Amino acid sequence: MKALVCVKRVPMTGGRIVLTDDEQAIETKHLGFAISPHEECGVEEAVRLVEAHGGESVVLTLGPPDAEEQLRDAMAIGADRGIHLVTDGEEWDPEATAGAIVAAVIADETASGPFDLILFGNESADSGGFQTGLRVAYALGRPCATGLKAVAVGDGSFRCEQEEGGGRNVYELPLPAVVTVLEGLNLPRYPSVPGRMRAGRKPLEASTPERPASRLERARLVVPAGESKQAEILGHGADAASAVVDLLEQIGVTS
Amino acid sequence: MNLCLVEHLDGVATDASLQAFTLAAGLGGETHALVIGPGGAEVAATIPAAVVYVAEHDALDAFAPDAWAAILCAMPSRTGVTAIVAPGSARATDAMARAAVRLGEPLAANCISATPGNPLLLTRIRWGGSLLEEARLHTDCALLTVVPHTLPAVAPGSPGAVERFTPELADADLVVRVRERVAPPAGGVSLTDAKVVVTGGRGVGSAEGFVVVEELAGLLGGAVGCSRAVTMSGWRPHTDQVGQTGNKIAPEIYIACGVSGATQHIAGAKGAKRILAVNTDPEAPIMSVADYAVVGDLHEVLPAISAELRRRRG
Ligand SMILES: Cc1cc2nc3c(=O)[nH]c(=O)nc-3n(C[C@H](O)[C@H](O)[C@H](O)COP(=O)(O)OP(=O)(O)OC[C@H]3O[C@@H](n4cnc5c(N)ncnc54)[C@H](O)[C@@H]3O)c2cc1C
Repeated sequence: MKALVCVKRVPMTGGRIVLTDDEQAIETKHLGFAISPHEECGVEEAVRLVEAHGGESVVLTLGPPDAEEQLRDAMAIGADRGIHLVTDGEEWDPEATAGAIVAAVIADETASGPFDLILFGNESADSGGFQTGLRVAYALGRPCATGLKAVAVGDGSFRCEQEEGGGRNVYELPLPAVVTVLEGLNLPRYPSVPGRMRAGRKPLEASTPERPASRLERARLVVPAGESKQAEILGHGADAASAVVDLLEQIGVTS
Repeated sequence: MNLCLVEHLDGVATDASLQAFTLAAGLGGETHALVIGPGGAEVAATIPAAVVYVAEHDALDAFAPDAWAAILCAMPSRTGVTAIVAPGSARATDAMARAAVRLGEPLAANCISATPGNPLLLTRIRWGGSLLEEARLHTDCALLTVVPHTLPAVAPGSPGAVERFTPELADADLVVRVRERVAPPAGGVSLTDAKVVVTGGRGVGSAEGFVVVEELAGLLGGAVGCSRAVTMSGWRPHTDQVGQTGNKIAPEIYIACGVSGATQHIAGAKGAKRILAVNTDPEAPIMSVADYAVVGDLHEVLPAISAELRRRRG
């Protein structure tokens, strides 16, 4: 099993989103960054598949120089090597992102053999385009199932499950395939200290692709209005119980 | 002319599809609709479009996203479409993304408004709705999905005409196709349908600590939710998570205990009619999104609320 997982670096915005003055991005001066949650599960799954079946797991990101942090995080939980498509920090749209990833996959496969499985998050946490994985799948001519919450490798095929309407849809894909996954697929492990030490020494290949113009052009970002209110304090500690139950009765949810 | 993909469930067009239709109709010109799969003809009779196309094919009894994309792509040449609009459901979004690749077009996912023109002016959501993006879409055939539950649904009505057709599907369009459907588990109140949701966050402190959350949810006939901090600690399964990468809930009242109120958490609770926060910290961000609050330790407050409910019931 040779698995590639593509991840995106996103800011951990916390309680309030603040924009830069030009309204083009989130102000990240005081924020930490993480691998977008769906992809974090993708990394864990790729590592588990390789632990179970042997082979190699590779992690790829398209992002600014600092996104090496997320590649090292993925390598700390077990990915064997990294591919960094370095940008100047400008946002790339899904078509451009997929184009650069396809070129990188073809180059890597030519040098070191094909990937059985390429994993993406179903959508990125920030821009939420819902399409990068599918674009890569189409360009490579590989089948793709999206929004997966369970995957299992069978004999030459790949069984995967999607939640829908409380139930599940089951697919079977021939390999090689591309999948997009959702948080809940697994519970990602925390990197160990030795894992972090090893990650610093794992191979990482960097290149700098050219960003094409976007046909879906961002004009500006806007924080939705009407979010800020001041909660009415019903009381403090256990003494508030009576006021809370009054409220619940008033809404009509107590019987 | 615009085309709206209308999904249907149990013989009825989904609300999200009828909301997408509203956006499509707002783009001006005629709005046509496309209905795919068994039962489509009955659904077509309720859609107030100039023409409703019904794609019928033996292979369409199970969802096959590439087949849906193939059908969507056959439509522009069929009818001279300048925009294809679909609901932002998982299925429709998947099919639209595939159609976008096949047509060589961008896809603008999760729009809440569109102003006609070239470029088309769009507002779409980011961060599960915590942030909006105003964008310009430069293309002759705009592909858009619409965030569910933000626009009013078009009222059902009779179509001008219904045209049934059998699409041509290649074998490759049927490689990815639902093989098996596992029915939802019976019983229990589902988080997404519950009238009351009681959520515990990191402030609950442990898996065992959820006893007080479960007790209150049980007394109110509600469901238990949790934050991502809880899921990541392994205290509750991810199926309980509320938020951008968890469940989107719409209860009469959302009782969020020991939850700080991160934007990604609140993104899942935007449909809640009211929010009651229970938190030791009067400055927690949740205090500015909640309608009501109790300042205090949830391990004291929740048992007291449960006891008061029991007392009043006698
Ligand atoms: C891309 C992305 C997606 C995300 N998606 C989600 C998502 O879907 N859902 C989600 O929940 N999060 C999500 N998060 C994480 C989110 O940003 C927060 O980290 C998370 O919601 C915090 O959980 P919490 O409120 O339980 O914990 P904390 O932020 O640690 O807050 C704990 C709160 O409990 C209070 N508290 C402590 N002890 C007590 C007590 N005894 N009694 C009462 N109150 C007490 C504290 O005052 C504090 O306010 C996402 C993050 C990212 C970056």
